[in-house]
Amino acid sequence: MSYPSDVVEVSQLYKTYRVHRRPPGVWAALRSVLVRKTEAVQAVAGLSFHIAAGERVGFLGPNGAGKTTTLKILSGLLHPTSGTVKVGGFVPFARDPGFLKQITLVMGQKQQLLWDLPPSETYAMNRAIYEVPKAQADETIRELTALLDVGDLIQKPTRQLSLGERMKCELIAALLHRPRVLFLDEPTIGLDVSMQAKMREFIRAYNEKYGAAVILTSHYMDDVTALCPRVIVIDHGKLIYDGDLKALVRQVRPDKRLTLRLSAPVERAVLEKLGTVVTHDQGLAVLSVAPALLNGTVQGALSSLPVADLSVEDPPLEEVMRELFRGKTVDAAEAAGRPAAGDAA
Amino acid sequence: MSVTSLGPPPRGAREGATFRGALGHAARAYPTLLRVGLSEVVAYRAEFIVWILTTNMPFVMLAIWHAVAADGAVGRFGRADFVAYYLGGWAIRLVTSTWLVWELSMEIRGGTLSTRLLRPLHPLFALAAQHMAALPMRVLVVSPVVVAMFVIAGDRLAVRDPRVLAVFLAALVGAWFLIFFTMVFLGSMAFFVESAIGIFELWLGLHAILSGYLVPLELLPRWVARIARLSPFDSMLAFPLETLTGKRDLTAALASLAVQWAYVAVMAFAGLTVWRRGVRRYVAFGG
Repeated sequence: MSYPSDVVEVSQLYKTYRVHRRPPGVWAALRSVLVRKTEAVQAVAGLSFHIAAGERVGFLGPNGAGKTTTLKILSGLLHPTSGTVKVGGFVPFARDPGFLKQITLVMGQKQQLLWDLPPSETYAMNRAIYEVPKAQADETIRELTALLDVGDLIQKPTRQLSLGERMKCELIAALLHRPRVLFLDEPTIGLDVSMQAKMREFIRAYNEKYGAAVILTSHYMDDVTALCPRVIVIDHGKLIYDGDLKALVRQVRPDKRLTLRLSAPVERAVLEKLGTVVTHDQGLAVLSVAPALLNGTVQGALSSLPVADLSVEDPPLEEVMRELFRGKTVDAAEAAGRPAAGDAA
Repeated sequence: MSVTSLGPPPRGAREGATFRGALGHAARAYPTLLRVGLSEVVAYRAEFIVWILTTNMPFVMLAIWHAVAADGAVGRFGRADFVAYYLGGWAIRLVTSTWLVWELSMEIRGGTLSTRLLRPLHPLFALAAQHMAALPMRVLVVSPVVVAMFVIAGDRLAVRDPRVLAVFLAALVGAWFLIFFTMVFLGSMAFFVESAIGIFELWLGLHAILSGYLVPLELLPRWVARIARLSPFDSMLAFPLETLTGKRDLTAALASLAVQWAYVAVMAFAGLTVWRRGVRRYVAFGG
């Protein structure tokens, strides 16, 4: 089922690659000149989902799950083997200019900036290609350079910029035409922690200001936790979860993390009476506690241990993902009250 | 949360992907693309000069034929004719050649073609602009050699007749487009085979002989010259060069011009067909 506000509609999407395989060695190399063995690799297998305007969605899965392939299909770079895909009302692989003006795809490891020229030249080129009125382009550049704290870096040749500076300038180039749908593939890869945080703030600000949909893949779970209320999880090209991030965490790892900062050493055996010890260091202990036992455990800890500080959190998303890909499939409807799109169709 | 409206659907959404719409879009974008392209060429000036210096085969051939012609003319070619032929050939080649095949092949195999495909301007329009932007620098480099050619062998050049000059200029434009679409065709082979550059090198070998780049066609064995004149290689170099040096009269040049533009149409069709089919197969690995 699709809704009027959906900007991304994917139904029963399949993508199969034909891959040439040969064993190592000279003999195999010579034989492959005459006989080429190819095999079909299914990258996406029956994926269905919808994304509404203004949503921020994390697209998660292990390496080779089909995330990047799906993003490339959504952005019109790849032709699907079968299934239907619509983005902003367009069929992406037709690559209609009207479609391309509504989207952007940022790939953390690839760049569109002209290497030997300042980013401002790429912006001038993009302005002409996307037919952005000069006043609007100038306003967007002013606004984005201020948000990202880029200053006059856009006048320095790209090759003289650091990775973080380049990524910021890349984002400006990618957003100059004010796209309605942002496909972000590992946008913070290789950046230091503070730069990652800056990028996240920026993506959120853009989403909130322009109401643009954001579809994000990242191996940094902090990106996903900070930005995406909803996640779509795929594995081997199949949807295994589509729904609320917190609900996913609750279902896969319902236990809570109780972090205790201790003012004096405490024996591990004492901590084990309160819950499962995840880490135990000199002045720090992290316990895993079932939600039903949490109140009692907190009270017990406060009354019997030298607690200087205490916090309760969900388990890290990395752990949730590890648990999930250990073979446990989540029922999205049960977890989030929202049917996975494939089921709904 | 305040949400700023992103405005009405962009221009392309109303225009659709019609050919006319795409041409209009390209025409509006071209002044900026050419300006940025020229800035790139200037930024890569050292690489550019090195490339020019490596295109020295005509000078080697000129030295050889100049020596041979010391004892008397070779067919219709005296020493001054060889000077006009090889200096003119060098200049025409620099102005009309594009090495798009390297770029396309590398971008297709490396996945970096994705950046071009994501932009709402056909990648071939953008690539054409990028290569056209190199023309002013090339003309600048070629100018002293052209002046030298006029000083040494000006009386051998036929372009004082404005009609011949017009055909020659049209032939230069035709040669540029023919080579560009041939490069699109060869470069797009990288969508299908791993060795598009190998195919290009084969093409380069044929071009050197059949275009008159190494030896004037009329000095080749008759049967080779006949094949060459029927092939598109003639339209790429021999036709404009022989028109410039007066070896092809106005009537023959006009006939060659018609053949040349027919080849442009054929190669444009072939290049775009391979490109379109290739894009469907594009896997964007690594990009």
